[in-house]
Amino acid sequence: MSRLRIVSDEAACIGCHLCEIHCLVEHSRSRQIVKAFRREVPRALARVHVEEDLPVTLAVQCHHCSEPMCVYACLTGAMRKDSETGIVTSDPERCMGCWTCIMVCPYGALARDEVRGVVGKCDLCQHLVTPACVAHCPNEALTLAEAEP
Amino acid sequence: MTRYVIVGNSAGGVGAAEAIRQVDRHGSLTMVSEEPYPAYSRPLIARYLSGETPEGQMAYRPAGDYQALGIELVLGRALQGIDTAGQTVRLSDGRLLPWDRLLLAVGGTPIVPPTEGLAEHEHFTFTTLDDAKRLARHLSAGSHAVVVGGGLIGISVAEALVKLGAAVTIVELAPQVLGRALDSCAGEIARRAIERAGVQVLTGRTVARVIGRAPGAPAVSAVVLDDGAEIVCDTLVVAIGVRPRVEVVAGTGIAVGRGIVVDRHMATSAPGVYACGDVAEAYDFVLGGNRLTPIWPNAYLGGRIAGRNMAGEETVYEGGTAMNSLHSFGLSMMSAGTVDPPAGDGSYEVLSCQDAGRGIYKKVILQEGRVVGMIFCGAIERAGIIFGLMRARVAVDGFKERLLADDLGLLSLPADLRRELMQR
Repeated sequence: MSRLRIVSDEAACIGCHLCEIHCLVEHSRSRQIVKAFRREVPRALARVHVEEDLPVTLAVQCHHCSEPMCVYACLTGAMRKDSETGIVTSDPERCMGCWTCIMVCPYGALARDEVRGVVGKCDLCQHLVTPACVAHCPNEALTLAEAEP
Repeated sequence: MTRYVIVGNSAGGVGAAEAIRQVDRHGSLTMVSEEPYPAYSRPLIARYLSGETPEGQMAYRPAGDYQALGIELVLGRALQGIDTAGQTVRLSDGRLLPWDRLLLAVGGTPIVPPTEGLAEHEHFTFTTLDDAKRLARHLSAGSHAVVVGGGLIGISVAEALVKLGAAVTIVELAPQVLGRALDSCAGEIARRAIERAGVQVLTGRTVARVIGRAPGAPAVSAVVLDDGAEIVCDTLVVAIGVRPRVEVVAGTGIAVGRGIVVDRHMATSAPGVYACGDVAEAYDFVLGGNRLTPIWPNAYLGGRIAGRNMAGEETVYEGGTAMNSLHSFGLSMMSAGTVDPPAGDGSYEVLSCQDAGRGIYKKVILQEGRVVGMIFCGAIERAGIIFGLMRARVAVDGFKERLLADDLGLLSLPADLRRELMQR
């Protein structure tokens, strides 16, 4: 199994939050920035967040762990790790919003989508060659890398 | 070719089967379940009862998984006997299954206390899909239900009953609800949320007697509490908890404590026999010893370790601990480990903060400079970071003042620890 993940470098992060914005747009219905922020109700959810402890900032998203506690702990089976790609995804049709995955994620990388009552997480933008957050990071703080499986 | 037999087809059994197949694609793998269904999510039965989740959406795994993993699934058959010397199990249809590796993932039985009039009258437990179906068939418009037990199961069934329009009374023996998962402060927050939904919550009380509608008929008309108060009801749900089904190993010599005792490989005292889930008394990393933690995630985690070891890949169980995420009645509460250390035990250090206006209560319990317990209410997004520190037994003395801060995150951790985590 290959294991792709996004590597986040706090030394290069400038705290611009563009990753959050482009993640949200990419996961919106329209995939257009103005519509995604101003028209779509409920608004889409960013699956990356930028922590700030100035001057240090750090973008955090799912590590698609080789031993994914969120998958093991999931009460419904909504959270799966793909055996081919290694990508961890949550099926919103099967998620019941119990937040057990949030409780066991050591990165605090999962988000509550309170409007839809399901968890939101990084899916590595499988439909794109380069995930939106990586593509739009102006200082290459976010890179797509092959991790140890 | 190794012959694997797994008795039990829920989180623990599935965890083991998936792990076995990651190591051994060739051995024969048979899963046996008393229930007539492929693995389904037990925690979803409350949403099934309330009508939010149809039966077709309760599957724990995609329909093709059993076939893809080469599993022979034997449904609707109970385990009747284990021969550890001859390495066979006997099923309720008389079939004898030989095994080289056996996993007992048989779960627990709902506890029904000896109460006057209870056995003769219709009452419901709430741990299986069939329990939920039975209860759904019984309910009618305007039902009044008494739920005995204010733990996680009792509260989840109470919420479903409220959604169906029933009047609900919870009777809990302990002085607070969720006493095993929460401290008194968090318990009070939960109680208020439950009461806001119109549920009557009676703590410190128990049902002393069940009264029927007519002599000799099973229908319930009321319960009488230990203080003499009578509550009129037509539905009685007993949701006190589950007892490990240790009777399955009676006569085998397999070591039993409160559950079937397993070592750090999830192996029982009998060669080739493993156990996990609600029936097993397995390692708890907070306690540093064995205990029962009958919760879904630990069943899967323990099952996974059992499976790897059964397939010959030696793997040590890091241990589980009590942990719960409570989401009923609009609550967002998480707790794990030792949440309420004994008063006067100076070895614990308790950090806590509360902001009632924002619905926030946070508590982190330390012992010897390490996190051994936590409660997060309201602000839960980063609680996993604390759980991760607890699980990894990280010394937190140097940064403990940051654990309760609003901006808790990976940047709250020392740089070397964070770097190590980020590189994984």
